[in-house]
Amino acid sequence: MVSKLRKLKDNLYRGLLWGSAFLTVAVLIMIVGYLFFKGYRLINFEFIFGDYSPAGGGGIWPMIITTIYTIAISLIIATPIGICAAVFMQEYAKQGRLVNVIRFATESLTGIPSIIYGLFGAVFFVTTLKMGMSIIAASLTLTIIVLPVIIRTTEESLKTVPNSYREGSLALGTTKLQTLYKVILPSAMPGILTGIILSIGRIVGESAAIFLTAGTVAAMPSSIFSSARTLTVHSFLVTQESGDIELASAIGIVLIVIILALNLTAMFISKKLNKADY
Amino acid sequence: MSINGMKVRPNNTTMMQPSNTEVKISVKNLDLFYGDKQALYSISLDIHKNEVTALIGPSGCGKSTFLRTLNRMNDLIDGVNINGSIMIDNQDIYKTNDVIKLRTKVGMVFQKANLFPMSIYDNVAYGPRMQGIKNKKQLNEIVENSLRGAAIWDEVQDRLKHSALGLSGGQQQRVCIARAIAMKPDVILMDEPTSALDPISTLKVEELIENMKKDYTIVIVTHNMQQAARVSDRTAFFLSGEVVEYDETNKIFSMPSDQRTEDYITGRFG
Repeated sequence: MVSKLRKLKDNLYRGLLWGSAFLTVAVLIMIVGYLFFKGYRLINFEFIFGDYSPAGGGGIWPMIITTIYTIAISLIIATPIGICAAVFMQEYAKQGRLVNVIRFATESLTGIPSIIYGLFGAVFFVTTLKMGMSIIAASLTLTIIVLPVIIRTTEESLKTVPNSYREGSLALGTTKLQTLYKVILPSAMPGILTGIILSIGRIVGESAAIFLTAGTVAAMPSSIFSSARTLTVHSFLVTQESGDIELASAIGIVLIVIILALNLTAMFISKKLNKADY
Repeated sequence: MSINGMKVRPNNTTMMQPSNTEVKISVKNLDLFYGDKQALYSISLDIHKNEVTALIGPSGCGKSTFLRTLNRMNDLIDGVNINGSIMIDNQDIYKTNDVIKLRTKVGMVFQKANLFPMSIYDNVAYGPRMQGIKNKKQLNEIVENSLRGAAIWDEVQDRLKHSALGLSGGQQQRVCIARAIAMKPDVILMDEPTSALDPISTLKVEELIENMKKDYTIVIVTHNMQQAARVSDRTAFFLSGEVVEYDETNKIFSMPSDQRTEDYITGRFG
């Protein structure tokens, strides 16, 4: 009797866990499926590589380029700064009040809504630093947004590097810097790459902050100092202006493909780096 | 000779004339504090060249802490303070700023094998490379000699480019010894090097230690008293941060002069 009840409980629990996992996957499939069925008819060569035409038709190539620009510039700035900050806090700084304050500050940064970053970027980069509505102003704003993500994930992965590696290396008469570059960072690399992947997601997903700092010019940017429109902003605007869900969905498909490609690249690099270790 | 079932090699008594050997490390009145807490009390002992010196004692008695003062690994811990002096080759290691050079001269093998996630070759070549040796032929030579020195060359020579983490625990520990040897140190510190190993691997490492002492001065921390009796020439018994007794190993194990030493080695506590 008791054992039957226990078994039932066990099965119930198992079902619950299974159901939760299933729900997550189901939601993902539903979203991707919805996007695909709504938008796939629009996707062709002209749509992806064509110039935008406000009269309708036309492509999204300028927005793809703008999106790639913002990802590249933000990561080029945020990754080294983020890694250095995390290394400082985890490996160099004496654990104490100062480090706790820095850590609290970075954690608070992750909780701020992106519209606030957008407003800050609009006031500081666009106006005060006279960058104007531009890709560079948006990228710098995005840098601030993803910095805490990179710092956190890098710190977490540095924590997982066994102390015995550090001791083993230092006991062989190496300097701290050598130990960092040859042993600690390579071991932490998978975690650092996870942070970069999360950052890409955050950058691509951002609309409000970019809207306020890069503007909405729907043309091929002539340089990083010109105003431009990313895919996400474009998707938002076409839905809002014309209610064209089909077009917005097609943009969504392209976005998902870009993110998937970037994530796979990051995973590939991570694997390559791990292989290189032996 | 046998004490409580423990075999002490009889040849230890005849083979050694330790008092004639040269002093390699001389420790005088060494106190060590972790913050306010004192961990070592006025340690004074001489470690002799080309001998194996064992440090024994119950957990938390300060033997590992003491070992780590000899290559200044305690410097890595915040709040450690040291009084007294440690002379290696008549140079006070706490009066020089060149910790890097000290650690190339005083190698260390840890309790748990801590090979890096690299190939066997890269692990052994790591230290020399960091010293700036780039010549491939020279590195090959160092790697081979070090692995031979650690009696593991035959087992790994076909898979030098494979991950070191694929080796068994005992093999990994011997590669760790090879990695230490690759720096051509004078002194090798071992912190319970066999505590995570099976008996056969332990035996191999112990044989290795015996063979190594002609080239190196070895200081070994061990929990295992039979091991101390088997491999060492001198033994220091630590208790609560003090050296209770330090003498030739066979004397410590046959007629300890302090009651506490006798209680410990006969298994009454610890």
